[in-house]
Amino acid sequence: MAQQNKKTMNGAETLIKCLENHGVEYMFGIPGGVVIPVFDALVNSKIKHILVRHEQGAVHMADGYARATGKTGVVVVTSGPGATNTVTGIMTAHMDSVPLLVLCGQTTTGLLGKDAFQEADIFGITLPIVKHSYLVKNTNDLPRIIKEAFHIANTGRPGPVLIDLPKDVTSGPFTGISLDPAMDLPGYKFETTGNQKDILKIAKLLKNSKKPLLLVGHGAVISRADKILRQLAEKLQAPVTNTLLGKGAFPETHPLSLGMLGMHGTAYANKALTGCDLIFSIGSRWDDRINGNNAEFCIGAKKIHVDVDPAEIGRIVQADINVIGDARLVLEELIKHVGPMDTKEWLKELNFYKKEFPLHYSNEKGLTPQCVIDTLYKVTKGKAVITTDVGQHQMWAAQFYLTDHCGHWISSGGAGTMGFGFPAAIGAQFGRPKDLVVAIVGDGGFQMTCSELATAAVNKLPVKVIVIENKYLGMVRQWQELFFDNRLSGVDLKGNPDFVKLAEAYGVKGIKISRPEDAERLLTEAVEYDGPCLIHADVIKENNVFPMVPAGKSAYHMITEAPNVKGKSAGTK
Amino acid sequence: MAKTKSKKEKNPAAAQAPKGGHTISMLVANKPGVLMRIASVFARRGFNIDALVVSATVNPHYSRMTITAQGNPQILDQIIKQASKLIDVLHVGEHNPEEAVEKELALVKVRSTPALRIQIKKLMAQFHAHAVDMTDAAFIIEQTGSTAELDEFENRLKKFGILEIVRTGKIVMTRGKEQT
Repeated sequence: MAQQNKKTMNGAETLIKCLENHGVEYMFGIPGGVVIPVFDALVNSKIKHILVRHEQGAVHMADGYARATGKTGVVVVTSGPGATNTVTGIMTAHMDSVPLLVLCGQTTTGLLGKDAFQEADIFGITLPIVKHSYLVKNTNDLPRIIKEAFHIANTGRPGPVLIDLPKDVTSGPFTGISLDPAMDLPGYKFETTGNQKDILKIAKLLKNSKKPLLLVGHGAVISRADKILRQLAEKLQAPVTNTLLGKGAFPETHPLSLGMLGMHGTAYANKALTGCDLIFSIGSRWDDRINGNNAEFCIGAKKIHVDVDPAEIGRIVQADINVIGDARLVLEELIKHVGPMDTKEWLKELNFYKKEFPLHYSNEKGLTPQCVIDTLYKVTKGKAVITTDVGQHQMWAAQFYLTDHCGHWISSGGAGTMGFGFPAAIGAQFGRPKDLVVAIVGDGGFQMTCSELATAAVNKLPVKVIVIENKYLGMVRQWQELFFDNRLSGVDLKGNPDFVKLAEAYGVKGIKISRPEDAERLLTEAVEYDGPCLIHADVIKENNVFPMVPAGKSAYHMITEAPNVKGKSAGTK
Repeated sequence: MAKTKSKKEKNPAAAQAPKGGHTISMLVANKPGVLMRIASVFARRGFNIDALVVSATVNPHYSRMTITAQGNPQILDQIIKQASKLIDVLHVGEHNPEEAVEKELALVKVRSTPALRIQIKKLMAQFHAHAVDMTDAAFIIEQTGSTAELDEFENRLKKFGILEIVRTGKIVMTRGKEQT
């Protein structure tokens, strides 16, 4: 092999060398005809290839790895169906601003556009869901393109970058000079520190507010603004609420935290939204799950928006002050110019709501999803890295598994991708081998990517997956019950497998919880087990997530209890 | 349903939109796929592109795109922001006639009979247009001017029987020393 250094490298070897130089540890994917040169180059590389069972799983793993570590996740797949199977994963990463590098094999350049075997125009297919993409035509361009791709993926507002690699490009000789050439990105620019004048304006606006509310989103997590955010909130004595993906930017156990806001946020966070006189969004894009009706959003309140992406400014909410910049850097400047605010009355009011409308559940009818998640929280002392799928279990997990640190909450927010949670947990576990990583998933979503049990088993990962089985596509069933006269349609998950047996079939330990009184003992056993473990939570079938702000409505229309419960009925204005 | 809705949204905005639509000029990397990326930003927001001109610049690495489109100025603002974000886009700007020279070229094929020929020639002189092809049956007339001038000429030619018309779409250049 020493000879190989003297010999010219081919494109694939150049590619792998460049990836090594960029610090890549893992590549998630599946090989195929045109990408064999890349897999051949991997044989002698220190980069570990993780063979998955479906390409969607590979992208979610890279995504979970990226969110858990802050590094760029790397995927390698073949052309055609291999490439198109990554689309859901790429879109998920794009919606949630996750840095990914997706390498797709492609038919030889001479056959492009001729409907060659396993040819798909993946460059064209993914155009609207990538931050940038390349179709490499020349082997010597590889080092520059790889360098640019990493730079683009993980700076500014992060996102996925796709590189389409024709087979002749990866198998052809590399005759370039440098593996670290200059980038050629004259059109790529991003803000960092923000405009000083506008930051001073924020300070001034804060001074005049009596009822401020800090709204922290995923941007604050991505920029790792947790420390400075905590200092700022404590200095201002301002309450903080977080979006679903903002979990971890500010400790949810902190007295100033109101937890998550929005469609299934806490009642007190949504109350704060309707009562505040100033709302300060830090890395949130005011999306429709927290702002169902823009006309009624924080009526009369001053609005401040800090975002790294200029295209988010004014897209949904017209704020009074906008600062384009990195959340952490902007707050580090802002804190120098602010002093404590007089928020005693405001905090008193919010604390009253906290007592009046707490999150709660009962075990009267049997084991509930909330009980499972709450018990997990207690058993793990809130220290686990949690990933979720999408649906009811996701909302209960967000409500009951409080998050105190960045990178401890990994969930498909913007895209709402079912099947995300389990592979994302596998990826997160690769990135953080010493931490406890637990996927909380529903029975619907889990079955979309459960074949990755094999990946967990083969790699002997200590990852845990809790399958909350209510035998329904629960969130849709909830909407049908509440808004469609309980006309259930297409939601009954008849035919679910025995999840414990399914796990065991893959060589994964399986544990079943059916009674509330067993939850603590069995969950302790599960998290202490050194290896992959599936926990099958056989919960009661019909349980709804509350509070709830109906879709398209503002926080003024929040429902705190099931409408058929007399006394505390809907519409607490 | 979706169609009528977007029309409704467009109508009040159309009043605010400058006559002849918005003119957006972009300096972009001269690479394959750039046009697709830009077109999709417009299409996603329901903006119909009326005219699009792509041409080389002094620097062979870059191309100039001039796009004319109708629609709500606020949505256009978003489109400009989204387009600016594209890695291959170096600069995006909206232009109005006061600060930029705007020109368009048209080729118009009209029916010609000996009786009409004199009248058409008169009209051509009035609009500084000239014939680039002449047969017994038809003329091809070339005209350069503002969009309004081209529209007006087209209107006046209608009675002679326009057989075919092709327009390049608007190109713009900022007045003075500044770059577009």
